[in-house]
Amino acid sequence: MESKLNLTLKVWRQSDRQSQGRLVTYPAEGIPTSASFLEMLDIVNEGLISNGEEPIAFDHDCREGICGSCSLVINGVPHGPEKATTSCQLHMRSFRNGDTIYIEPFRARAFPVVKDLVVDRSAFDRIQQSGGFISVRTGSAVEANSILVAKDDADHAFRAATCIGCGACVAACKNASAMLFVAAKVSHLNILPQGQPEKDERTIRMVQQMDAEGFGGCTNQYECEAVCPKEISVDFIGRLNRDYAAAAAAETVTA
Amino acid sequence: MSSFPDSKVPSGPLQDKWTQHKFKSALINPKNKRRYTVLVVGSGLAGSSAAATLSELGYKVKCFCYQDSPRRAHSIAAQGGINAAKNYQNDGDSVYRLFYDTIKGGDYRSREANVYRLAEVSVNIIDQCVAQGVPFAREYGGLLDNRSFGGAQVSRTFYAAGQTGQQLLLGAYSALNKQIAAGAVKMYPRTEMLDLVLVDGHAKGIITRNLSTGKIERHAGDAVLLCTGGYGNVFFLSTNAMGCNVTATWRAHKRGAWFANPCYTQIHPTCIPRSGDYQSKLTLMSESLRNDGRVWVPKNAADCDKDPDSIPEEARDYFLERKYPSFGNLAPRDISSRAAKEACDDGRGVGPVVGSHREGVYLDFAESIRDFGEDTIRARYGNLFDMYSRITGENPYRTPMRIYPAVHYTMGGLWVDYNLMSSIPGLHVLGEANFSDHGANRLGASALMQGLADGYFVIPSTLPNYLAPQPPGQVKENHEAFAAAENDVRERINRFLKVNGKRSVDSFHRELGLLIWNKCGMARDREGLQEALKRLPEIRAEFWSNVRIPGGADQVNPELEKAGRVADFIEFGETMCLDALSREESCGGHFRTEYQTPDGEALRNDEQFAYVAAWEHTGENVAPKLHQEPLNFENVKLSVRSYK
Ligand SMILES: Cc1cc2nc3c(=O)[nH]c(=O)nc-3n(C[C@H](O)[C@H](O)[C@H](O)COP(=O)(O)OP(=O)(O)OC[C@H]3O[C@@H](n4cnc5c(N)ncnc54)[C@H](O)[C@@H]3O)c2cc1C
Ligand code: SF4
Ligand code: FES
Repeated sequence: MESKLNLTLKVWRQSDRQSQGRLVTYPAEGIPTSASFLEMLDIVNEGLISNGEEPIAFDHDCREGICGSCSLVINGVPHGPEKATTSCQLHMRSFRNGDTIYIEPFRARAFPVVKDLVVDRSAFDRIQQSGGFISVRTGSAVEANSILVAKDDADHAFRAATCIGCGACVAACKNASAMLFVAAKVSHLNILPQGQPEKDERTIRMVQQMDAEGFGGCTNQYECEAVCPKEISVDFIGRLNRDYAAAAAAETVTA
Repeated sequence: MSSFPDSKVPSGPLQDKWTQHKFKSALINPKNKRRYTVLVVGSGLAGSSAAATLSELGYKVKCFCYQDSPRRAHSIAAQGGINAAKNYQNDGDSVYRLFYDTIKGGDYRSREANVYRLAEVSVNIIDQCVAQGVPFAREYGGLLDNRSFGGAQVSRTFYAAGQTGQQLLLGAYSALNKQIAAGAVKMYPRTEMLDLVLVDGHAKGIITRNLSTGKIERHAGDAVLLCTGGYGNVFFLSTNAMGCNVTATWRAHKRGAWFANPCYTQIHPTCIPRSGDYQSKLTLMSESLRNDGRVWVPKNAADCDKDPDSIPEEARDYFLERKYPSFGNLAPRDISSRAAKEACDDGRGVGPVVGSHREGVYLDFAESIRDFGEDTIRARYGNLFDMYSRITGENPYRTPMRIYPAVHYTMGGLWVDYNLMSSIPGLHVLGEANFSDHGANRLGASALMQGLADGYFVIPSTLPNYLAPQPPGQVKENHEAFAAAENDVRERINRFLKVNGKRSVDSFHRELGLLIWNKCGMARDREGLQEALKRLPEIRAEFWSNVRIPGGADQVNPELEKAGRVADFIEFGETMCLDALSREESCGGHFRTEYQTPDGEALRNDEQFAYVAAWEHTGENVAPKLHQEPLNFENVKLSVRSYK
């Protein structure tokens, strides 16, 4: 039989970027264990709305772990207690009746709070814009099978490319470093033969942009890997460091 | 009002139409292109690919999406793959075969010329994506791998594990990023289009709301491209992302764009069933599961709440195998979905009772696990099994999965001609938002193909046909048409906030969704549709008198965002039901129970209904006007889809 939970939530409420935020306590009663974490918040919000209060704002869209929108720190852990699980895929059966649950935004200097649990992650887009592409005009591509990619390389690049750009790695890191994200993005393209011509420039530019956005440095704490919903390996960070050293030595970018 | 706009389908042999059309299309010289501004609404596969490509060609582009990043557009969620007629497997595929399969799969309700063009450019899409670094699955020799998908008899589907959509979108997003960095595209994330601006009958701009600040803004352009995805969320519960909406296309419809075939919706057979009333969305599981799983329900309703293991073989009804012996568990989506619904309506569904009955059928892997071993099944479907147990808390290696059909895709959309231009000059529609290529039912792995075909290869050639005769930059944001449209948007927002009633937006959305699901879902009939058409205006009236939206307009306000979308869905629902009512036949995803063969299959009526139904808005509280675009089949012979 499905059981119901009575919980206490401590939720970060902040009206906008400028305002001071604070934790506010809400009861969450009669929550079915088969509900998802976000559906639990929907139920709480329904109650707030009927009291004429503003519902808790949080980012979400696909609710199936792939768009990277959802971004909650649950009891101190980005995306909560289950391994390899986004906030939207977490279900209430992971909690016990009577639990108190702290819900906070993904915090980092480079991720300012927009409202409540919603943060601004546009820094990630700007890092991608700085070099996260292969320059190929539409129409100019060669026949697909004329580019051979060894299966191991294809699989390796794919594993890096599974990053959903959620930012949990940043939120988990005490330095708020974006190294895991950047390493995943750089490696995806640097591993592939198509990515070779722009490899050095891409690596240097994306790392420079990461620094410019105010993310911290990586001191090999590996909290990022532990919370990453897509289990991106920290080995990619090692790879990025090597690519960066090689690119810097080659001094291809004069900027 | 007007007669049917010309569909602009070129004459001549099918194989030459696109080449000839490109040759005859207008060109704009490179220097002049910079003087044109194109507004691209949407950043999914269709929008990102169009925005990137048009800006590479030299146009000034502004691109909009409601998510915080263009990478999060709903295309990201597509799992299975993308079709292309490469014939890398040497198994007899060709452009013509892909064309033929798509026309037949669409139950002969699409335009031959459009579908042929789609098949033709499909090969270029794969080239483009590979060059961008999309990590498609490979064989050991380093060549691209293919699989057969959605019941196709050739292996023409390219894929990247179970996340083809994310990888293709990251490719298009990277192309977009390159152009953003070059200053050639200006990107507006967290921005929602709330109205279309017409000047002298041409689409020349949009009104948007900045979702972070609430600021209402005007954007003028020389042409507008809607790439805003499908309207599946009219059902509330669907496999779509929560924000998917009909607002952009509905607002354009109310400004004059005709809406085509709104009743054509696709229901996917393998989704995780609902577990309760709080449910917010449904999750799709790849159709590939049906390769090894057997679908059944108990023969006797009395067995439905029993442990499935305790139900002996002879008391199980493997209904797909029974009804469709040659396709069995692999019968096409619409057919499998309907069969599952029949079994559940018959009181033989399994799983929890939700609403009035149990909505679920078993998808059982016991036999495959016995034959091939658990490890093989884990290697094939491990990630799907994990996803299933995360959501349901059950272990599918031990107990059969429970599945039920869910809304997945919408074939209907704004009417467009061969140039992808709507009935409003200058307004173009791409991807799932248009009605163009899938007829009454879409084949698996063909939506990704269509979005990228439209954006990378079709619109770059066809847009100049509209733009070339237009002097660039004619209209500015200070034009009175912008002031009027902005005023309409502000008034509507104020109306929402002023109601101050008792019910949440979601409660209306759920009510609407359930009504549409019951009356205009997997099976429809005249009586039910008429009931829905009676009920919808009542829901609309209650919405406008009893909805409650806390907070204000000049802030992040998700309730206000949802209110706009739900209000549009309620209006749209009426046109959808009207379309379903007027189409007195069954075809593809549109199954009218009155029109079926003696053994329960869809009964098409080609004499009377081989047309595109395009609806014209004629005023508030007035029925829209139906226009019929006849479909001419010069190359394929209309036949009955049989999967027995
Ligand atoms: C779970 C799932 C799996 C699927 N799997 C496959 C598959 O394997 N193969 C396949 O071919 N197809 C698949 N499909 C279908 C396919 O994914 C979609 O049809 C396709 O991706 C739609 O692309 P699009 O670019 O038209 O729209 P979308 O990707 O939906 O993009 C819409 C864009 O418009 C923006 N937008 C919408 N409204 C507004 C507004 N009012 N103002 C501003 N911006 C707006 C959004 O922000 C977004 O950027 C699947 C669909 C689902 C739901
Ligand atoms: S590396 Fe992992 S945690 Fe970081 S953004 Fe990518 S998916 Fe999220
Ligand atoms: S809402 Fe898309 S990943 Fe969670």
